[in-house]
Amino acid sequence: MMSILNALVYLILAPVLGGLVAGIDRKITARMQGRVGPPILQPFYDVAKLFEKEDVTVTPSQNYYILSYLVFMAVTGALFFAGGDMLLVIFAFTLAHVFIVLGAYAAYSPYSYLGAERELIALMAYEPMIILTAVGLYLVTGSFYVSDIAASTVPVILYLPGVFLGFLTVLTIKLRKSPFDISTSHHAHQELVKGLTTEFSGATLGKIEIAHWYETVVMLGIVYLFFGFNPLLAIIVIALVYLLEIFIDNTFSRMKWEMTMKSGWGAAAILGFLNLAVLYYFYLGV
Amino acid sequence: MASVWLLATSYARGAVYYAVPFEPTAQVMFAIEMGIALLLLYLGFRFKQYLAVLLVLVQSAMMLVYEFTMSHGMEPVNNLFCDQFSIIMALIIGIIGSLIALYATRYMDTYHGHHPEVRDRRRFFFFVTFVFLAAMFGLVFSNNLSWIFFFWEITTLASFLLIGYSESEEATNNAFLALKMNLLGGIAFAGAIIYLASVDPSGGLLQLDTLITSGQAAAIVPAVLIAFAGLTKSAQMPFSSWLVGAMVAPTPVSALLHSSTMVKAGVYIIVRFSPVFLGSLAGLAIGFVGAVTFLVASAIAISQSNAKKVLAYSTIANLGLIVACASVGTPQLVWAAIMLIIFHAVAKSLLFLCVGTVEHRTGSRDIEDMDGLIVRLPRIAVMMFIGMAGMFLAPFGMLISKWAAIEGFINTPFGLVFVTILAFGGALTVFFWTKWMGKIIAVTPFGESLESTISRQKWVVLSCLTALTVIAALFFPLISGALIEPYLLDVFGATARLAQDNIIIMALMISLLLVLPFSLLFYAKDGKRMPAYMGGREVTPDLHFTGSAGIERIMTTRNYYFADLFGEKKMLRVGDPLCILLILLAVAILAGAIL
Repeated sequence: MMSILNALVYLILAPVLGGLVAGIDRKITARMQGRVGPPILQPFYDVAKLFEKEDVTVTPSQNYYILSYLVFMAVTGALFFAGGDMLLVIFAFTLAHVFIVLGAYAAYSPYSYLGAERELIALMAYEPMIILTAVGLYLVTGSFYVSDIAASTVPVILYLPGVFLGFLTVLTIKLRKSPFDISTSHHAHQELVKGLTTEFSGATLGKIEIAHWYETVVMLGIVYLFFGFNPLLAIIVIALVYLLEIFIDNTFSRMKWEMTMKSGWGAAAILGFLNLAVLYYFYLGV
Repeated sequence: MASVWLLATSYARGAVYYAVPFEPTAQVMFAIEMGIALLLLYLGFRFKQYLAVLLVLVQSAMMLVYEFTMSHGMEPVNNLFCDQFSIIMALIIGIIGSLIALYATRYMDTYHGHHPEVRDRRRFFFFVTFVFLAAMFGLVFSNNLSWIFFFWEITTLASFLLIGYSESEEATNNAFLALKMNLLGGIAFAGAIIYLASVDPSGGLLQLDTLITSGQAAAIVPAVLIAFAGLTKSAQMPFSSWLVGAMVAPTPVSALLHSSTMVKAGVYIIVRFSPVFLGSLAGLAIGFVGAVTFLVASAIAISQSNAKKVLAYSTIANLGLIVACASVGTPQLVWAAIMLIIFHAVAKSLLFLCVGTVEHRTGSRDIEDMDGLIVRLPRIAVMMFIGMAGMFLAPFGMLISKWAAIEGFINTPFGLVFVTILAFGGALTVFFWTKWMGKIIAVTPFGESLESTISRQKWVVLSCLTALTVIAALFFPLISGALIEPYLLDVFGATARLAQDNIIIMALMISLLLVLPFSLLFYAKDGKRMPAYMGGREVTPDLHFTGSAGIERIMTTRNYYFADLFGEKKMLRVGDPLCILLILLAVAILAGAIL
């Protein structure tokens, strides 16, 4: 059931793919704002430059947490693409996130501290919906294993439209897109500087970027699972979804953290739970 | 030690029953029970706690009726027994209970140093502690319900005496609160015994094993009554306040109550009865009491900054999860429930003892004062870190059980509601543990090590518990294979566990977690240190900076507590009525079953 080969391919290709997505993101964002924008490969140049910089820290232990963050983010994706248990993937994902939050706490700096607290709020906001997504996929396909879900010929999206919308809501939080970029904002200097990542520089900041690329690929992988019955359609939808996220990012201003909580939990409680309830009591045994 | 020996000698044998003569022992127990009742009556009058007096009277009257009109001619044969589940409980009580007692010997020295106003009753303290542990052993090895009840009442008394140890007004009041709530449960328990004795005058049904295998029709009434007693003892809503109030006791007492005694007795008995609950509406209602408690208590834990309170609410939450799993009662859920009991006992005792140590060294048990504990008490901070990881992070124990619970609930009626509650409750848990973890690992530029003042005895206990937390996570498949799965097979005829490849992955993850800290050695070598970014202001090494208008300020950080969202009072206003309603529902279903 588990494919080690897939996991290895993921470990090597995901950063490339994730970096490209980031590059395209920046390009499209720039076009939406009427700018030319950087070259598509710019994220790679940026990260390469970060790795050449001097190692500056507030406390050395913060580097340990970030290394752990990167490692467990890679593990999460590897588990996912190896076709592992969806719940285990989610738990590994949470573990990875706890590490980056702890890294920000470790520095004992006001900005990173605030970012860490807000990242935790974000984590609390999206986690229920992600678990309900896994539960929904299980109810429709009868398995928690990503390999089984991906191979399922059932048009999952028809049974889980609400869950899919709910997942898109938390995807915005997850990708740290506006209006939910409460923990690390490019646009909130007066309030956050760079929040969570304020105290990271050089190679460590580079690792955070790479981890984020890994993360993006996994999140888009989950989108794929809703359309696994038709791979071509799935890829088109992924592209559309990402485009939508960029659009949302550019049209909304950042909101307060209360809004993040309400959106994440509201999506889980209304879209996710209602959808699943209907499924559970009317269509069970699909 | 004895419990380890027991494991070594008897785990392979399955359930073993011992025919112990009933009559003489029962009379001795009855005499002691009446003695306890008199003592409680005296204390109740002395402290003007008339509700407690009333409850004691009701319960004693019930036991008198039972003893003089019903128990004659009763000859239950197998009064003691030992199966895999008892062994698990005995290991918890034996190992963790003894470690806590060992820790307490030193703790109480310091305690009396810090609290000169408290009368020194250390002998009494340790006497009650050992009676407490002994009663727990009696409880898990008894197969006769009236014996279980006897030990049940002793644990109630012991916790009452320990909570009131400091004899302050607050302690006395809280002790009586615990007493009253547990007496309510005791009355329900006595009701179950009287019911059984009246249904089956031969006393055969009083044997736990016979009762549980006698089917739902015969057993559901006593099962619900006893589960109610279990709910009071395991501090489920609306009875949660006694466990929170019990924090006034010295820390080892809290550790005992939370990990290896009292509350574990409550969930133990509910897990025992889970085959009876399986597939019943009453079981479902009790399961929801647990689930609601899990969610509400997790939310309250967010709003607390008192470390012991956070621990108390997280205990209540976890017990709620155990109750939910056990009352729905499929083999997979019972597997999860037993795993939860084990992991919770280990990690929670460690956390309590660490907080106790921190409180004595730094003079505060407030999380806000734990800034930079990693600088002041590095080893304690690491131990607390491991204990907290054990409470909620993959791939540690509690998470394994939560995972099994999600998979288990999904195929039961109303499972979706349970799963949703778990999803939300889990997210809340991550929040309050991580922000606390963040506090203790923040590397502050000030503070000096206080660790040299901690006695060796405490180090031994804390190290043992830390090791146990990691070992339990690493070797849980062994515990499952040797003890839990055979027990489930015995009771349900079916067994459950997590898939093999997942277990391997988790073992790999744990190894990774153990290896990664070595990267610190590499980082510590080179690299430039800079002060934290303060918006470009001049900052002194101890984080004083010049604020607006030239006033010097110090940088401080505070966690979010969301008191307006998740405040204790506000949440209890939701949780308590909901749980009372659910309990009433269970009772109504019962009444329907009887009529």
